[in-house]
Amino acid sequence: MSTATMAAPDIDSILASHPDARRDALIPILQEVQDRMGYLSRDAVVKIGEHLKLPASKIYGVATFYNQFRFKPLGKYHIQVCRGTACHVKGSLSVLDAVKQALNLAPGDTSRDGLFSLEVVACLGACGLAPVITVNGEFFAGLSPAKVEKIIRDVRKEAGVK
Amino acid sequence: MLNIEINGKPFEAKEGETILEAVRRAGFEVPTLCYIKDLAPTGACRMCVVEVEGMPGLVPSCSYPAANGMKIHTHSARAVRARKTVIELLLADHPNDCLYCSRNNQCELQSLAADLGVRDERYAGAKSSYKQDLSSPSILRDSNKCILCGKCVRVCEEVQGVAAIDFIGRGSRAHIGTAFDEGLNVSSCINCGQCILVCPTGALTERTYIKEVVAALNDPEMIVVASHAPAVSVSLGEEFGLPVGTDVDGVMVAALRQLGFEYVFDTSFTADLTIMEEGSELVQRVSTGGVLPMLTSCSPGWIKFIEEFYPDLLPNVSTCKSPQQMMGAIIKSFFAERMKIDPKKIFSVSIMPCTAKKFEAARPEMMHHDVPDIDAVLTTRELALLFRMRGMDLQAVTPETADTPFGERTTAGKIFGASGGVMEAAIRSAFFLITGKELGDLNVEAVRGLEGRKEARVQIDGLDVGVAVVSGLTNAAKLLDEIRAGRSDLHFIEVMTCPGGCIAGGGQPLSTNKDKIRERMKALYRIDSNEAKRTSHSNEWVQRLYKEYLGQPLGEKSHHLLHTHYAEREVLL
Repeated sequence: MSTATMAAPDIDSILASHPDARRDALIPILQEVQDRMGYLSRDAVVKIGEHLKLPASKIYGVATFYNQFRFKPLGKYHIQVCRGTACHVKGSLSVLDAVKQALNLAPGDTSRDGLFSLEVVACLGACGLAPVITVNGEFFAGLSPAKVEKIIRDVRKEAGVK
Repeated sequence: MLNIEINGKPFEAKEGETILEAVRRAGFEVPTLCYIKDLAPTGACRMCVVEVEGMPGLVPSCSYPAANGMKIHTHSARAVRARKTVIELLLADHPNDCLYCSRNNQCELQSLAADLGVRDERYAGAKSSYKQDLSSPSILRDSNKCILCGKCVRVCEEVQGVAAIDFIGRGSRAHIGTAFDEGLNVSSCINCGQCILVCPTGALTERTYIKEVVAALNDPEMIVVASHAPAVSVSLGEEFGLPVGTDVDGVMVAALRQLGFEYVFDTSFTADLTIMEEGSELVQRVSTGGVLPMLTSCSPGWIKFIEEFYPDLLPNVSTCKSPQQMMGAIIKSFFAERMKIDPKKIFSVSIMPCTAKKFEAARPEMMHHDVPDIDAVLTTRELALLFRMRGMDLQAVTPETADTPFGERTTAGKIFGASGGVMEAAIRSAFFLITGKELGDLNVEAVRGLEGRKEARVQIDGLDVGVAVVSGLTNAAKLLDEIRAGRSDLHFIEVMTCPGGCIAGGGQPLSTNKDKIRERMKALYRIDSNEAKRTSHSNEWVQRLYKEYLGQPLGEKSHHLLHTHYAEREVLL
């Protein structure tokens, strides 16, 4: 709840920059809100609804139709796992499973301590390095489940967590 | 006029008519799953496809306009095969546990599968597995049984203006849910149950309380009391094959006694009582410059709606509890005292055409020292099931009359079941309360009928009273917007959540067919025209209740037992 209240002025200013927006502006506004706030909070969804005169259920429905929107704040370390064609061929499914297991997280979720968040993306544009993941934008290439475990261990160490 | 041909028969279609409308007018039947009469078609389910000569593919008849010269085949081999495939694909992701489903034998998916001769599981694959949403006291959602026709979504948004639910996710993960996929209980759902009436499968049903009621009936310590709402007796018969609009009042009372209810009361009695309180409140508001227009408070879906969407207009809502809750309050006070029964030993069951009444009965405002005034609410459908469970044949039961003191009603209380009924009853009694004379013609035709909004001006002793009657909450919202914008010629507004009133309530026998609803409505007005006592103030037992217990309308005791206040409700809108 506290993040929502802290974020409130921000969502208001984003919406203020779309004074005459109508329902057809929903997706660009959702994208902008996510860009600036990291995710779509309840507060943001409700306020976007008020602004565009759309029910919250409808906004949630639209936002869940697309993979790009998330409803939980990003973790301190945001991990993207590529599931594009080249990575798939090179075994990204087992990479994803390894990440999920190491973090005990489902795609779209954020760990309770706020340290990690996990996202599955269609292609990171680094097909020659497949399979790849990124941690806060830094690429890790040619991965295997064992390498994934080491990366996560290193990140935890860096964060000072056992 | 458009000259078309349907199954080889020439037919004149109207300009702008869809193929489906023309086909049905011509006396042919095309099955549908997602079609809702009077709402814009979505063409989602593809059951209504027909073959039109010269067109490359099959045509969804619900959304395709008829055109001059069309030659339509409703049951060509191709059309029938396509429909069968649609059903087979739907069944591939369906639990197929019909024997255990509350919709068994009343399921559109099931009957279409039967009619199309589906005899084996042609497509098999992984099935969806969702948790049931048991969070609401009124409505149970089981997404596993959902076929994504979207009717509930459309009714919730387009008829009720609530939009508590929508499609969530995409592809094989698509399902119906609330904002943030949470329980209905924390959503803006108003519990009206119109979604249940349109659901073709068992995905939406009422939360049933039959078990609790049967347990109370079997408990020798408990005095179990039933009270039935005005709209129940004119619709229950449909569940037993009687013609639509048959009044089974006496038979139902007798059958309830056979089930083991010690006392059977009529909620129309407290409808009369409501009129005494609400009529007095209106007279008081008009004469003392109170907040106007006054809005009725009988319909619990509507109450939750205004708490969520129009909290600024809550001061306009009558402080009267609904007839159900007035009944509960006087059963657990006056009745308990008279009969020298501990209120905790009384189990009061309300038989309602409504699912929102289940929510209302559980509201904290409706408890006294943690004892609910109404212990359980059964819908018309649940009562029918209870009768069937006990092997009772309504046609073989001799009618009986309800019990005193809350069994006597006037027809003014009875017509509460139809949109406009509360208004008509209120006008009859308000006229008497103000002038001391009876209204010359008791029939107030202007407020009757199935239209979403009815308005009238009534002359009472030189006072020009503006009244409006709305049902279906999008109609209510439009009127409330006018009031917010400053409209001030209205004194009294009746709002019913369901289109047409309680006769079309979410707990009624499954149907949204307007002709059926009209027959139920006619039945109520037939009762009204056939009986002598047609005004709430002429109900002798209501008068006795005031004399012996309550004092006077709006008096201290009434205030304590029969009135309440509602407050703004925070939900995700």
